[in-house]
Amino acid sequence: MEITRRHLLVLLPAAAAAWKYVMAGTPESAPKYSLTEHWWGMLIDIPKCIGCGSCVRACAQENDVPDGYFRTWIERYHVADWKIEKPEVESPNGGKQGFPPNEESGGKNFFVPKLCNHCADSPCTQVCPVGATFVTPDGVVLVDKTYCLGCRYCVQACPYGCRFINPNSNTAEKCSLCYHRISKGLTTACCEVCPTGARQLADLKNPKDPIHEFLRTHTVQILKPHMATGSKVFYNGMDGSVR
Amino acid sequence: MLKDIEHLIRLTLVMAIGLVLFVIVRAAVIPPSFGEYGHYRGDAIAEIAARPIAYAGHQVCESCHTEVVDQKRLGKHVVVACEACHGPLAKHAEDPASVTPPKLDTGVVCGRCHEANSAKPKTFPQVVTADHSGGVACDMCHQPHKPGIEASPPKLAEGKK
Repeated sequence: MEITRRHLLVLLPAAAAAWKYVMAGTPESAPKYSLTEHWWGMLIDIPKCIGCGSCVRACAQENDVPDGYFRTWIERYHVADWKIEKPEVESPNGGKQGFPPNEESGGKNFFVPKLCNHCADSPCTQVCPVGATFVTPDGVVLVDKTYCLGCRYCVQACPYGCRFINPNSNTAEKCSLCYHRISKGLTTACCEVCPTGARQLADLKNPKDPIHEFLRTHTVQILKPHMATGSKVFYNGMDGSVR
Repeated sequence: MLKDIEHLIRLTLVMAIGLVLFVIVRAAVIPPSFGEYGHYRGDAIAEIAARPIAYAGHQVCESCHTEVVDQKRLGKHVVVACEACHGPLAKHAEDPASVTPPKLDTGVVCGRCHEANSAKPKTFPQVVTADHSGGVACDMCHQPHKPGIEASPPKLAEGKK
């Protein structure tokens, strides 16, 4: 068949419409999460922590953490007068059911929630012999449980004691900063349920995140700064006795 | 001449075959995404991110339970997320009809935060439950969503349990 001018005039718009459809490709699924646009951390406001254990319970339920193991836990410090180097620290069942009334009188008492510090230069990922644990491009330290051998190097390497071997899978486990939540635009389970706002997820690459203003205007510390781990869990109002 | 180095050729052949085998096996066992971002399996990130959530988040709750939002706004518990007391309810949010949250025992739930403890911040409202209520359930006087006491506690005034 010979294509006449008339045919061409009819075909061209049809072809253009079809080509537009081809170029559009598959429809994009929701707002896409970009690994390079975030740098996650957390802010812990110690003067706000009431030691209720909500975060510990929420973490266990969100992440199926076995009983007796903790991805996050709360410590209660008792510092007697000047004995800042010898604080009495307790964490009954990780603070999951809260804390019984203090027996000691006098001195100073306060709660310190702990979790993985999601170190930028994490010692735990450096010792993994198989590449089963790693820092993601958005700054979260994760464990690939299908790759983990359960050799426990990382458990020993973490200076904060944040890792354990899951007795069911026999692989290393730790706080994932609720990666399955934050990558969907939600906050972590612990931050979601914290009734006083003592824990706040922070995106250090987001210039609109209130963390920047907070860090600028408060006396903020990280745990074990001498270890040069690049910790991204920031503690406000932390006493010098905290280890 | 060739005969003199025959043993070397044979050795080289064995080495070459060994090297090829090594490369083939290595390519077969290393996951394709290994090294995508670093010395780890790149697909692991997406696998971990695909885990289902248990806590829906208070924004989801608030989209339906608007009457509770209005009530909470009047009291101090406005800052407390729904699932802090009610527990993980992503399943309820997905299927509100068949998954219903359990009724809470205020005697347990309130005490988790408000039971007195010297390590709690001094400004945080705390009570020794035994002295404060003597075993009476908290929600006899306090409405959990709006905990401030009104002039006449509604439930006591009506004589209900």
